Amino acid sequence: MDYRQIMKDGLWNQNVVLTQLLGMCPTMAVTTSGTNGLGMGLATTVVLVASNAIVAAIRDFVSHQVRIPVFIGIIATMVTLVDMGLNAWFHDLYKVLGLYIALIVANCAVLGRAEAFAARQPVLASALDGLWMGLGFTGALTAIGLVRELVGAGTLFSQASLLLGPKFAFMEITVLPNYGGVLMMILPPAGFLVLGLLLAAKRLYERRAERSGDAIPQPMGAPAIGCH
Amino acid sequence: MSTLARWREKLTYQPVSLGIVAMLTSAALAFGNHATHEDILKAEQRDLQASLTQVLPEGYADNDLLKDTVKIAAADGHPVTVYRARKAGAVTGAVFQVSGRGYAGDIVVLIGIDTEGTMLGARVIKHHETPGLGDKIEVAKSKWIRDFEGKSFESPATEKWGVKKDGGVFDQFAGATITPRAVVKAVKGGLAFYAAHKQEILEGN
Repeated sequence: MDYRQIMKDGLWNQNVVLTQLLGMCPTMAVTTSGTNGLGMGLATTVVLVASNAIVAAIRDFVSHQVRIPVFIGIIATMVTLVDMGLNAWFHDLYKVLGLYIALIVANCAVLGRAEAFAARQPVLASALDGLWMGLGFTGALTAIGLVRELVGAGTLFSQASLLLGPKFAFMEITVLPNYGGVLMMILPPAGFLVLGLLLAAKRLYERRAERSGDAIPQPMGAPAIGCH
Repeated sequence: MSTLARWREKLTYQPVSLGIVAMLTSAALAFGNHATHEDILKAEQRDLQASLTQVLPEGYADNDLLKDTVKIAAADGHPVTVYRARKAGAVTGAVFQVSGRGYAGDIVVLIGIDTEGTMLGARVIKHHETPGLGDKIEVAKSKWIRDFEGKSFESPATEKWGVKKDGGVFDQFAGATITPRAVVKAVKGGLAFYAAHKQEILEGN
């Protein structure tokens, strides 16, 4: 197993949001600020690593016909456990993220990775795939969140200390003081706008790279069911 | 492995394996619930305690409000838990939740009232209003909610308990009238509830 390839695929070539266009529901709903994107991404990463590892561990025992309910059962259980754990032991963080945790169940990236990768690969490779895919997802969500937050409210990573602890207060930057704000950037339509612009930018970059000989990465191993 | 592959295709294998997975995940959830239940309860109590002290002026109570409660049935039959603030044994105020229908679901407001029926404070503790528009009812976003402090049915008069658009004394937000209207109505309902049940709140057990 080529672990470097797993990392490259997760972070860039097969990026959950920017190449596979999976997990659109949390992508649109949560990315009103960089901090929200970061928190959602990290919570999803935890679930992805755990669910990928478990699915890989039991992959030989699951028959093809019942794999989807089995995977969904495992994913929903992981999400609920993370939800309860955060509520009990990281309550302040839970108050910020709590609304979004349940959304992870509906994130097709998690089921997509179970189906496309973990169901066929050994445990370690699957866990690593979950980690890098999760971090790629986190990166994309944080980027979208930062753009929306900057244009919408003139700040970067506001309330980051609520998410990461008071030591990270230095991340909270007010770029444009006394900035009136652009409400639309915080409302759902801007999620589509910013995602579209980021997709275009990635495409443009890859076109350039193609001219110098690299192939454009195509999404592969999309989940069997029509979910986004 | 080939035996397993043959078994996997059998019709009985599939429901049985599905059942085993369901049992294992249920066990994991039951265990998780057991492990977190107490800490979640404690965290929620801490939250409630923190918001209870927010709607009362500092040093207003010297008792544990969470332990000094009285349940009263509201007009719609739902029991309302009233937390009583005491100083040196005498009741000095009451804290309870009221709710109103906002732009996107219920807005839950915690209000503190002194024995004469004057507002000590109000805080929105749960809402689903539009970020950037309706969320100015949160104290973290705007000072608006503090306008209620010191208000009672004597000042302003009952008919002035509304947003300015409706001839009242409370500001609305640019682009969002439904949200502050719902909060004002909920708080007004809370004052009426207090007036109607004053005796029970002050003397009940």
